[in-house]
Amino acid sequence: MLDDATIQRTLAAALRTGGDFAEVFVEDKRSSSAMLDDGRVEELSSGRDRGAGIRVVVGETTGFAHTADLSEEGLRAAAEAAAAAARSGGGGVREVALTRRDAPRPNGVEVLPETVAKGAKVELLRRADDAARSAGAAIRQVRARYGDSRRRILVANSEGVLAEDDQVRTLFVVSAVAVGDTGMQTGYESVGRTIGFELFDRYDVEQVARTAAERALTKLSARPAPSGTMPVVIGPGGGGVLFHEACGHGLEKDLVDKGASAFAGRLGEQVASPLVTLVDDGTMAEEWGCFAVDDEGTPAQRNVLIQDGVLTDYMWDVLRSRKAGRPVSGNGRRQSYQHLPMVRMTNTYLVAGQDDPDDIVASTERGVYVASLGGGQVNTASGDFVFGMTEAYLIEDGRITEPLREGNLIGNGPKVLRDIDAVGNDFAMGKPGTCGKDGQGVPVGDGVPTLRVRALTVGGTAA
Amino acid sequence: MSHADEHELLDLATEVAAEAAPGEQVEAFVGSSTTTSVRVHGGEVESLTQATTSGIGVRVVRDGRQGFAYAGSLDPAVVAEVLAEARDNAAYAEPEDWVGLAEPDGVEPPEVDLWRDELAAMPTDRKIALALELERAVQARDPRISGVRVAQWGDGAGAAAVATSTGIAVAGRSTFCHLSVQALAADGDETRTGYGVSVGRRPDDVDLDEAADDAAERATRLLGAVQPDSGPVTLVLEPQMAAALLGVVAGTLTGEAVLKGRSPFADRVGERIASPLLTLHDDPTDPRSLGADTHDGEGLATRRVPLIEEGVLQGFLHNTTTGRRAGVPSTASAVRSFRTTPGVGAQALVLDPGEGTLDDLVSGVDRGVLVQSMSGLHSGVNPVSGDFSVGVEGLLVRDGALAEPVREATVASTLQRMLLDVAAVGGEREWTPGGTGAAALVIPGVMLSGR
Repeated sequence: MLDDATIQRTLAAALRTGGDFAEVFVEDKRSSSAMLDDGRVEELSSGRDRGAGIRVVVGETTGFAHTADLSEEGLRAAAEAAAAAARSGGGGVREVALTRRDAPRPNGVEVLPETVAKGAKVELLRRADDAARSAGAAIRQVRARYGDSRRRILVANSEGVLAEDDQVRTLFVVSAVAVGDTGMQTGYESVGRTIGFELFDRYDVEQVARTAAERALTKLSARPAPSGTMPVVIGPGGGGVLFHEACGHGLEKDLVDKGASAFAGRLGEQVASPLVTLVDDGTMAEEWGCFAVDDEGTPAQRNVLIQDGVLTDYMWDVLRSRKAGRPVSGNGRRQSYQHLPMVRMTNTYLVAGQDDPDDIVASTERGVYVASLGGGQVNTASGDFVFGMTEAYLIEDGRITEPLREGNLIGNGPKVLRDIDAVGNDFAMGKPGTCGKDGQGVPVGDGVPTLRVRALTVGGTAA
Repeated sequence: MSHADEHELLDLATEVAAEAAPGEQVEAFVGSSTTTSVRVHGGEVESLTQATTSGIGVRVVRDGRQGFAYAGSLDPAVVAEVLAEARDNAAYAEPEDWVGLAEPDGVEPPEVDLWRDELAAMPTDRKIALALELERAVQARDPRISGVRVAQWGDGAGAAAVATSTGIAVAGRSTFCHLSVQALAADGDETRTGYGVSVGRRPDDVDLDEAADDAAERATRLLGAVQPDSGPVTLVLEPQMAAALLGVVAGTLTGEAVLKGRSPFADRVGERIASPLLTLHDDPTDPRSLGADTHDGEGLATRRVPLIEEGVLQGFLHNTTTGRRAGVPSTASAVRSFRTTPGVGAQALVLDPGEGTLDDLVSGVDRGVLVQSMSGLHSGVNPVSGDFSVGVEGLLVRDGALAEPVREATVASTLQRMLLDVAAVGGEREWTPGGTGAAALVIPGVMLSGR
């Protein structure tokens, strides 16, 4: 994307007035999407964002500037702005010897979406619309969206790192509205992988559409969710967001360092039920949060965060690892070249256990079964978190019975981890997600086997 | 290019719109903003970012088919590529009569000046000093403040222009700045957080003490929070929380949601959908709102749009497309950035105030919760079905007085029911950072879920 000499001169400009660390991050991202709504292909959209973000670190201070001008002059101006922002003193010239450190990609890409005719993308939408509407007369509205992106990045820093990555993601989303005597209900389903258009050789868009439609239809007969604290069983693949919110964010070292995590100072302690082994793994082939190198040039890694309930590690970025004198973990990510990297999750999952999923439900007298969770939100300092249930059922006498209307569940991360009293042997990865933190969104994956939390608060309206 | 030169942006937009071929409509939306962000922690500057972002979005309409493309660059070669790509995309959409660009409608833009030279002239050192002072101020407020997650100064100076081959050619510029802080309060193992923010168009609008007071008070008053018993309660929403609820309601009142069968309030115009105490407008012509603007995202002059008058639904928000489809004029409610086509949305919701202070409202509640923060608005609220369930933090209200703080609790109802049940609107209106002018709301009959 840039030649080595230009990168070296830009880093030198960034360090000209001193500085402990400098980095150039170059990104060229193309995206395309096609949207069908209300029975009509409404719009195709194409986007391009290309530029560089440059940061300079002096002591505790990071100066950052970005530019869409990738000429040598544009890069130098951004480097000087970043250096000025870091308010660096001193001076001198530092030469940086760059060493390529490209990591293997988690997987190949068979069909680059940019090589696929737009008509073929539109055709997927029509098939999805037909399939969703065929699912039942009560389906009154369908929205389908196809999206792809190709994000090429280059990272180089003053410690000699030089790495590139080429990330291709393809996504398909369907949402349906069903209308009945009780009003309107919605259903949603998505598939997304870090692969190209071959996504549609693996997944049938008609099936995605039917799943969305059936979720909406099921909820037409749903009753209000209960209120109060009760056992909650989460289905395979449906609830990785639970761990993302309950402890994932709290294990991000930037939040830990600021005293804004309920898990600060607890390394080596039993923080969860012994049934819990939690992993964050950026190397998982094709998963939504995978990559070859993170946005600081660190190769993706598999990191065990909690082993048999014991907290084994936090997640780290380059600056914090450097300060602590420990290896990097590959969790430095950013939304785009216009953003500073932060400590972020990749694909976060709970390792499968021994329990028979049917037994987990059968041994629950009364509670809620959540087949699919929506988004969530956590206050890492208090540990309290919410997450939405988009497909849920009542459990009565050990059987899954009636569907429930939507609502949030609320819990406390450290407490929920201790309250996990069953983990199934039926692991599945969940839906592609976008994790937001301090205004930046990055793609993440998650997964869980069937599991039970002894006590969670269900935010329904029924007594 | 100077970041705030809206005339240069308009020249570019006009040039692109003039590329329209016979039988084709072209719209160019060009935006550019320069932002500064100072984040401090532990008495040091953690990061300082200064940068300019510019870009262009082009819509092409031909034979009722719309295509769109954008790029984060104003480089001439890139702009040409964007126009070509938008043209190509248009060929794949399916045609409809109502698809098309806005046309000049003779409405005069309001006289609101959104630009303040004082912000552009503010030295960076002063921004850093304010952020550091905010952190110190929060820490000095109360010995139980254990830290500050982040204290931040942020500002932006932006310009935007939109031009179409149908005769639209408008541009504007605006400034914005804020101080915000998230305080941490600790007692033993327990940590609580409180957020404070103050916003304005120029540095003097921003009130550091207000942000510090709010953050410190909200964090410390939650210490000792307990999980409450489940049962029906009356909600008392602080103005900022009322604004969040009204924002969700406004999302159900767009032509987009109504025409596509996704609004629980479709077909209800002229009917009572809310308490007679509730009167709500979208009014971007009101200069007090940070959402104020002279024009919408399609270049039409903004106007005051009545949504709910004394509980009766007046109408919906429209952009050009949804207006044409509904057979009504646009309400100039197109919202967008250069990366998106114009959607429909509220820009400056304004709730008519009622009577009484927050204390007065609380004193009339037997069993309730004063809500200071809500979580999961994106995950537990369905604007199609109206189901509403959110996590809350705040203080219990017992026999008209504030009682112990609550945690790990949700409140749930439906949007339809909450609107009808509003029992009081506070007399003190606040202008929120999101541009909403909101007052406190009292809503009985909501289910509190805790133990």
